[in-house]
Amino acid sequence: MPWTKLQVERQEPAFDEAEGKDVRKLSFGDALREALDQALERDPCVYAMGQGVDDPTGMFGSTLNLHKKYGSERVFDTPLSEEATIGMAIGSAMVGMRPVSIHNRPDFLLMAMDQIVNHASKWSYMFAGQVPIPLVIRACVGRGWGSAAQHSQALQGLFFHVPGLKIVMPSTAYDAKGLLIASIADNNPVLFFEQRWLYKHTGYVPEHVYSVPLGEAVVKRKGKDVTILGVSHMMIESLRAADELKKKGISCEVIDPRTLKPFDEKTLLKSVKKTGRLVVADLAWKTGGFSAEVLALVAEKGLMYLKNPPVRVAFPDIPTPASYVLEDAYYPGIKDIVKAVKKVMKK
Amino acid sequence: MNNILPEKLLEMFASLSRIRRVQLKIEELYHLDEMKTPVHLCLGQEAVSVGVCAHLKKEDHIFSNHRSHGHYLAKGGDLKALIAELHCKETGCSKGRGGSMHLIDTSVGHLGSSSIVGGGISHAVGAALGSRMLKKQGISVTFFGDAASEQGVFFESMSLAKLKNLPVIFICENNYYSVFSHISARQPNYDISMRAKAFDIPAQRVDGMSLLEVYEKAREAIDHARAGNGPYLLDCYVQRWRGHAGAGDPLKEQYRHPDDLDESKIRDPLKDFVSYLKNHNIADDDSLCEINKRIDREIEEAFDFARKSPLPDVKDLEKYLFS
Repeated sequence: MPWTKLQVERQEPAFDEAEGKDVRKLSFGDALREALDQALERDPCVYAMGQGVDDPTGMFGSTLNLHKKYGSERVFDTPLSEEATIGMAIGSAMVGMRPVSIHNRPDFLLMAMDQIVNHASKWSYMFAGQVPIPLVIRACVGRGWGSAAQHSQALQGLFFHVPGLKIVMPSTAYDAKGLLIASIADNNPVLFFEQRWLYKHTGYVPEHVYSVPLGEAVVKRKGKDVTILGVSHMMIESLRAADELKKKGISCEVIDPRTLKPFDEKTLLKSVKKTGRLVVADLAWKTGGFSAEVLALVAEKGLMYLKNPPVRVAFPDIPTPASYVLEDAYYPGIKDIVKAVKKVMKK
Repeated sequence: MNNILPEKLLEMFASLSRIRRVQLKIEELYHLDEMKTPVHLCLGQEAVSVGVCAHLKKEDHIFSNHRSHGHYLAKGGDLKALIAELHCKETGCSKGRGGSMHLIDTSVGHLGSSSIVGGGISHAVGAALGSRMLKKQGISVTFFGDAASEQGVFFESMSLAKLKNLPVIFICENNYYSVFSHISARQPNYDISMRAKAFDIPAQRVDGMSLLEVYEKAREAIDHARAGNGPYLLDCYVQRWRGHAGAGDPLKEQYRHPDDLDESKIRDPLKDFVSYLKNHNIADDDSLCEINKRIDREIEEAFDFARKSPLPDVKDLEKYLFS
């Protein structure tokens, strides 16, 4: 959508994870494209489909012109029939294909809840592992320029509850490529959620094929005073908050979960044991989602490490408004994470 | 009708009779509570499974629903594995994880049945697409009921199949009832074949109580798809002899249309086919009896196998969540 590109260009500062380094860099969006390109090249069973994957914008650049390289049999446009197209992807997976079903926004996946929840997630279990469903569903969380309630949702919390689904949310270009390659290679349904403002961020992205394993978090910044677990774009905001807090003498350990489900408990608990303080910066409504699950986990397995109750930074529990003043009030950012850290640091 | 080989006719008789006898045996024993899973018997509807599957090969895929036993058996699904699954045993086709509504036999192209009405229709489209991409010959057949034709995904799937010119055969087993609800309460007109025609998909209404008519119409549909001419729909009228689930139809006076309570109007596809075979000297009572005896032995062995089979190990509760 052209309006969000405008907003991203204006509002989101540049972020280069490999700033100052002389390495091969790609943007997050181009990294996604390279992952898909290499997956399509290596395995003839991989194919990509979605509304507009072959149009001039190529899903924010992430599928651009791949249809020209691989043909319209392997990269193709789909009608606005999410339930049937995802069902079709599932059926093709049953006979051995590896579909990547690409959607502009997670909001539209709700049209296919039956196929995702009642079918894809359960097919391996119901039939005792006889028919795996190696399906990847990609969608991009929207934000800004009055996108409003039905084009801005981060719905991973809904799917998070359902056994049989894996959920991946990369924050950096390196992870975008590695995790997408890993997700396509996984024999199970994987929901791969990106965020619109990440697309222009750059970082080191090796040219060769590599994968980042699912279920592994990464400590992005080592610290000793507080653990910040940041999801997707909120991970970037957490790094920026950590920079500010450093100036105030607070040392933040920033962790990127990368995969929400299965979640890397070990890495988080190890960090919480070290720092004794936890802030979760989620890209979602506060109630009933990933951040709640993290707190439950820490209550169950890490309560004894905590010096203070954990603090969450998340969207307020309301639909996203259109007006830019309301948007600004709605979306948490660096200052909210800084505030949360200060709260959890209080004696 | 006249160019079907006698061997083929007898094969179809055996398939039809087998399904009938399996369903009756399940119904007979259901009250023993040894089969702890909801069963949706296809008594009365068997001819559709048999007539369609008579044209299918192992490489063709079928997609089935909750009223699953006839499709499974007609496609060649293992009888022992079916009965064991109904008994929720580890030796069941789904190792006791699926129950009656989630049958599977990948060795004969049955990739799993869904109990969400309409759930498997789009899978058939996908399997056809996948087969084409893999340069395999198989076509897809999806069996569903009249209520499934009310779901949006039915229309979406037909449109997709036509758009991509996929070899998908849509088989509607229209028995006029959805649990207790008569079709007149659910659909403004009952011609399901018209819905396919809206997408330029050729479609026919079929007397699903006549095995030979199903066989002929299915041949046209399947030949059409195999020739690369895309999808086809058959709207097969059938009679659901029993209630929606379980044994018998204890509430039939309370929900059935008065016409459907008229015993003289109940048709039997097996009885009619037997008459045909005898009238055309394809078989006599003795030869059919021999086939039935063989079937009954097979059924007895299957129930015996199921009863003797182990239940799943509870330690394996979480197994198979991921592949």
